[in-house]
Amino acid sequence: MSAVLDMDRRSLIKATLIGGAVLAFDARMAFAATKPGEVATVINAFIRINADNSVTIGAKNPEIGQGVKTMLPMLIAEELDVDWAQVHVEQTIADEKRYGPQLAGGSFATPMNWLPMRQAGAAARQMLVQAAAARWGVDPASLTTGGGRVMQVGGKHAVTYAELAAEAAKQPAPDLAKVALKDAAKFTIIGKSQIGVDTPAIVAGKPLFGIDVTMPGLIHAAVEMCPAYGGTVRSFDDSAVKGKPGIIAVVPINSGYNPKGANDAVAIVAQSWWAADKARADLKIVWDDEAARTYSSAGFEAGADAAFGKGPETSIVNKGDADKALVGAAKTVNARYHYPFLAHGTLEPQNCTALFKDGQIEIWAPTQLPQPGRMLVAAALGIPLEAITINLTRIGGGFGRRLSNDYMVMVAQIAKALPGRPVKLIYTRTDDLRHDFFRPAGWHSFEAGLDAQGRLIAFKDHFVSLNRDGKPAQGATMNPTELPAPLIADVSYGATFLDNNVPTGFLRAPMSNGLSYAFQSFLDEVALAAGLDLPEFLRRTLGEMRTIKGGEGPQAVDFQTGRARAVIDKVCAMANWQGRSGGNGKGRGFAFYFSHRGYFAEIADIAVNSGGGVQVDKVWVAGDVGSHIINPINAVHQAQGSVIDGIAQTIIGQKIEIVNGAANRTNFHDFPLARINAAPQDIVVEFVRSDNPPTGLGEPALPPIIPAVANAIFAATGKRIRSLPVVPSQLV
Amino acid sequence: MATTLSINGKERRVDADPTKPLLWALREDLDMPGTKFGCGMGLCGACTVHIDGNAVRSCITPISAAAGKAITTIEHVATLPEGKKVSEAWIALDVPQCGYCQAGQIMSATALLTKTPKPSDKEIDAAMSGNICRCATYLRIRAAIKQAAGIAEVVEA
Ligand code: FES
Ligand code: FES
Repeated sequence: MSAVLDMDRRSLIKATLIGGAVLAFDARMAFAATKPGEVATVINAFIRINADNSVTIGAKNPEIGQGVKTMLPMLIAEELDVDWAQVHVEQTIADEKRYGPQLAGGSFATPMNWLPMRQAGAAARQMLVQAAAARWGVDPASLTTGGGRVMQVGGKHAVTYAELAAEAAKQPAPDLAKVALKDAAKFTIIGKSQIGVDTPAIVAGKPLFGIDVTMPGLIHAAVEMCPAYGGTVRSFDDSAVKGKPGIIAVVPINSGYNPKGANDAVAIVAQSWWAADKARADLKIVWDDEAARTYSSAGFEAGADAAFGKGPETSIVNKGDADKALVGAAKTVNARYHYPFLAHGTLEPQNCTALFKDGQIEIWAPTQLPQPGRMLVAAALGIPLEAITINLTRIGGGFGRRLSNDYMVMVAQIAKALPGRPVKLIYTRTDDLRHDFFRPAGWHSFEAGLDAQGRLIAFKDHFVSLNRDGKPAQGATMNPTELPAPLIADVSYGATFLDNNVPTGFLRAPMSNGLSYAFQSFLDEVALAAGLDLPEFLRRTLGEMRTIKGGEGPQAVDFQTGRARAVIDKVCAMANWQGRSGGNGKGRGFAFYFSHRGYFAEIADIAVNSGGGVQVDKVWVAGDVGSHIINPINAVHQAQGSVIDGIAQTIIGQKIEIVNGAANRTNFHDFPLARINAAPQDIVVEFVRSDNPPTGLGEPALPPIIPAVANAIFAATGKRIRSLPVVPSQLV
Repeated sequence: MATTLSINGKERRVDADPTKPLLWALREDLDMPGTKFGCGMGLCGACTVHIDGNAVRSCITPISAAAGKAITTIEHVATLPEGKKVSEAWIALDVPQCGYCQAGQIMSATALLTKTPKPSDKEIDAAMSGNICRCATYLRIRAAIKQAAGIAEVVEA
């Protein structure tokens, strides 16, 4: 039923299977051709050497604010052995054959590209060295490089890369797996803070984003989608729209959420987007949405209650005998937790531009997953994949929203209806908040048992969330390795997935953002029953240093208890944690979470005012994402942004409700985003270096802040936050 | 119907409905897409421009209301003395993440420093509270405003 969801999910999973060690691209394929009049030599898929000895490096992944357009070229430049000041960065088009996987999601860019991008740079460097050796008739081993030059050890010869480029391009491309990489001690770019490559252009207001795309003859589209998810167009009357000045066409289309052939949206195309959007008021549509309208938040809530009464329908993990262990426990703790649907609210509303001509389509897309978008467009338009060109624009916020390609499929259909005319589709803010792929709501019923020494000996969770086509909805899954399952002998996690019409998807640190809140808040309750603070309770539960297998195959992520302990100890030292502390409206909370290969422990100091409003004063973050922090300034910024993002999910009232099968929020007054006053005075970030390949930072700093704040509120007020968002009236 | 606007020191003619918001006139009619659309309701600040030196949300300002007034946009803000300092601080501290809100942030920050050269922490938060940054670059926004105002040394990684 949901083509957009399924295809995107499949390719995201497929992409994750490509480990860092697997060669992800073909080094012999050329980087995009030079522009007319430009004198430059193409060395490989990512590198062009220019006549002035500057180099142009291709950035292949979508830039959503995670800093990848700077970070990936840094890896290439390091091994190419040029100065960062010599580098120009160019966004590549979407072409996985040429560039390897191109996606922004799952904090995958670092683990997937740490080796391949360095190999691309090193391969080009080797070709340049070979060219110099051939020119001078010397042994390549006698040559060295630096600052974009090849030099002979001893100083007889030296030449710039620009002078060698044409000869280098004729050298055989080396075997990427065998190319020699730099000794990390010699890194001059990796590990040094680099300003974002687009920062000056952003500050100058230059057009960079999808919404800024323009070209001669551009026309504009606004779209009316069926409010209730799953509803379709029964009939529509556009007679009041068509005569209006500037209106070009009215085109019924399919959003990709419903089966092919059933239109569930109507686009108005005009000379101006403002005019197209205004004309929506005069478009009369009758929806076929009776079945879709039966779904509601109240219904899901009742469904969760009923599910808890019946017990789980499926098992996630079952080992030992949790029930028996609970009977024998010295103490038991039970609680239920809930978190709501959330929208992504990227500040740049969803948009996309397309030009259909002679059976071919060119698309300008702010998308996190271009290749699945291409497949959806091919299917929707009935054209081959090769007939689709996708240009990647800078993206005004991703957060997982643009893993779904609804805007791309819709604008492609509009463009096909108006061949030869470039058309840009833009959602209003209300469209954007109502037609999201929401973070699914979730419910947990927990039960934990402690022995007489306060050790955790049994743990149960009944997880309730939503289904889609008989499977857990996207973003509604839970792994059997969710802590504390791997750490104790008697565990049972089961689940019930409720019948659902709401489109769901991945929100930054998907699954983890909800699970971290529920598990780490509940574990704080259990720790209290054990007479401990949460850091100490976790240290004891983690036990000795060991590696816990995350499953089989290249996708499996192991969990190392020692890395967890190290960040827990680190953050406690940073904040001078002295055990539970709080009262009189001030409190301190702690949480730890492992996600996206990153280990993060966080402490929050909060204050609750007389009206029940919560202010987070200061946060400490300790994280372990491996051996190198590639771009330190951006690493700190990602962690700080993640923390404020998590604070927003906790205390400012973010919640989407479903009424009559549709989301009911309309703009930032009823779905608030964090404003400057929600930001703590300081967020101190430190990284623990461990001997592991570097991993991503777009997400893993987010999950722990939510329970850290919730636990701090408990410390301040004695009130447990068992449902999000925090409601001020409950804290008074 | 044509409206004449004074934008960045130049007279520009816009042939559009006089109720059309300045934001869309800038983006669609005048090829100045630096000013951004975020909410269309005056709630996010992405569309902030200066009108006679005041920070104004262009998404809720019809062009008829802007006619005859001096409009400054992000494309031109660095030519103002405070705008130049703000823009430089924004780059030095690498304030943007996705960057989408930053034109509006810079316009609000420039308006603040033009009127209040040495703002307090409270004044900074108050002046910037109409500008949402979904990426939550707020700590650097505060730091960059202080740097532009010469209030504090850079404390950055
Ligand atoms: S677009 Fe004008 S305030 Fe949001
Ligand atoms: S930098 Fe992304 S919205 Fe501010």
